[in-house]
Amino acid sequence: MSASMLSAADRRRPWLLLAPSLITLFVLMIVPIGIMTIFSFYEFVTAGVEKEVFTTANWHEFLTDSFYHMFLWKTIRVAGITAILCALMGYPAAYCIAMTNYKHKWLLLLLLIVPFWISFTIRTFSWIHILGEQGVINVLLLKLGLVNEPIRMLYTEGSVIMGMIHFLLPYMILNVYVAIEGIDRNLISAARTLGCTAWQAFREVVLPLSLPGLMAGLLLCFVLAAGSYVTPQILGSTRDALFGNIIFDTIMDELNWPMGSTLSLVLLIFLGAVAAVYSRYMGLSRVLKGLSG
Amino acid sequence: MSLDTSTRGFGWRAVQFLTVLVYVFMFAPILVVIVLSFNASQFGGFPMTGFSLHWYAKLLENESVLRAFQTSLWVAIVTSIVCTALGILAAVALVRYEFPGKEWVNTILIAPALVPETVLGVGLLLLMRFAHQPRTMWLLVLGHIMLALPYVVLVVQARLIGVKRVYEEAAMSLGANRLQTFREITLPLIMPAIVASLLLVFTISFDNVTASMFWRPSGVETMPTEILSMLKISISPEINALGTLMIVVTVGLPLLGGGLARYLARSAR
Repeated sequence: MSASMLSAADRRRPWLLLAPSLITLFVLMIVPIGIMTIFSFYEFVTAGVEKEVFTTANWHEFLTDSFYHMFLWKTIRVAGITAILCALMGYPAAYCIAMTNYKHKWLLLLLLIVPFWISFTIRTFSWIHILGEQGVINVLLLKLGLVNEPIRMLYTEGSVIMGMIHFLLPYMILNVYVAIEGIDRNLISAARTLGCTAWQAFREVVLPLSLPGLMAGLLLCFVLAAGSYVTPQILGSTRDALFGNIIFDTIMDELNWPMGSTLSLVLLIFLGAVAAVYSRYMGLSRVLKGLSG
Repeated sequence: MSLDTSTRGFGWRAVQFLTVLVYVFMFAPILVVIVLSFNASQFGGFPMTGFSLHWYAKLLENESVLRAFQTSLWVAIVTSIVCTALGILAAVALVRYEFPGKEWVNTILIAPALVPETVLGVGLLLLMRFAHQPRTMWLLVLGHIMLALPYVVLVVQARLIGVKRVYEEAAMSLGANRLQTFREITLPLIMPAIVASLLLVFTISFDNVTASMFWRPSGVETMPTEILSMLKISISPEINALGTLMIVVTVGLPLLGGGLARYLARSAR
């Protein structure tokens, strides 16, 4: 069916089908981001009150106040560490699942999906029972007499990162797994027959061909970690707050809507830029594949 | 083709060992929650002092938990029905039609999965403030619909691509109109994806916490925000019992649904 033969009704039909979704997203996502932009130029008077005049004071405050720079930098650092640790832990596991001769491979894959069904809040607070003063590790160490008093592991940056890895690892493994699974096994056999050791075959064939999956996993983990707000609240002390927590406090506690809007836009622009750089080199379609599991 | 196992040496065994560790890492904390929920001790942590169902009984008397559960259940059911319906229509348009601006439409439909939830959370609040409207339960439902829509589109789209067009064309050439064709041919064929979407959206909505912290009407708690506020007070054993119950529901439901979808897929063929 060529385009010229389509009747007006045919041409309208996809838009009718799309209309409910597009209108929903337009009103609930695009318009609010527009309002956010306007609010970021309003003047903050006092909690819950703002003056509708044009001012760049909020942006000026963000650009000059080192308080915000520190939290932005910390968020980048924590999200970066999280993403890299996810890659280091997730890659071998994904490789193993893709390459195994194990009969019940479907079970290994199912177990990767199961965490997505378990409440994120529960998965996060479960780490309190592992790292806390009455947690598994401390109780064990005390019983064995290796320490005299509980080690402080909970409510630190480390426990926040641990919680985020726990939540993001399945995303990483699934992304890398899909990439490795797609590699033609004959290439590996060919490399081996031509004299490569197992390690050389991995380095020269598997690793480069799975790189797009690894990069997609890194992007996904970084973006989700940098936008997180609940994990630091459950597993961190007040000093371990990330940018998301600053936004929440600014809006929900200080009721400073103009500054909250500015900070939200900063997060959106920053993560958008990261994704744009990524898609410039890798294409976003891979990430979408990873999202749909 | 599988690789010859005999050539796999130390490196492979190290990889296997690491993989086992990764699975332990993913599931050990969850198992600990389940084990501790049966602890007789009045503290939420170790050591175990005996087996007890006391905390489950206590939970059933906890009115704010029950109210939060009802709220979440209601929001999740409404969200999953509306969101799945919207997503199916959009997926049909994307897979079965060619139109200008398709790339853009696709990007917009997927965007809520990529925009940080905090930003979406703040955005909807600003919209309410701009329109001078109070936060209601419907705001929560609409917000959840937005958050889950990309996943429905992706899941239904993937299935629809696999459904050959000839079936639909055959029905139409035999005199069925578009609606009949959709109802009699397309809908049964994509049923597994629809069941999967309903369950996925249910879980996404029931589990959502970041955005819900922004959107919930004042005084209303959803299940996850209730857990958050319980955590702020203390790690009570009740939370472990609650967590265990939720794990049973949210893991059991998709497993059941998966079985059902497989059954439907088989009978549709």
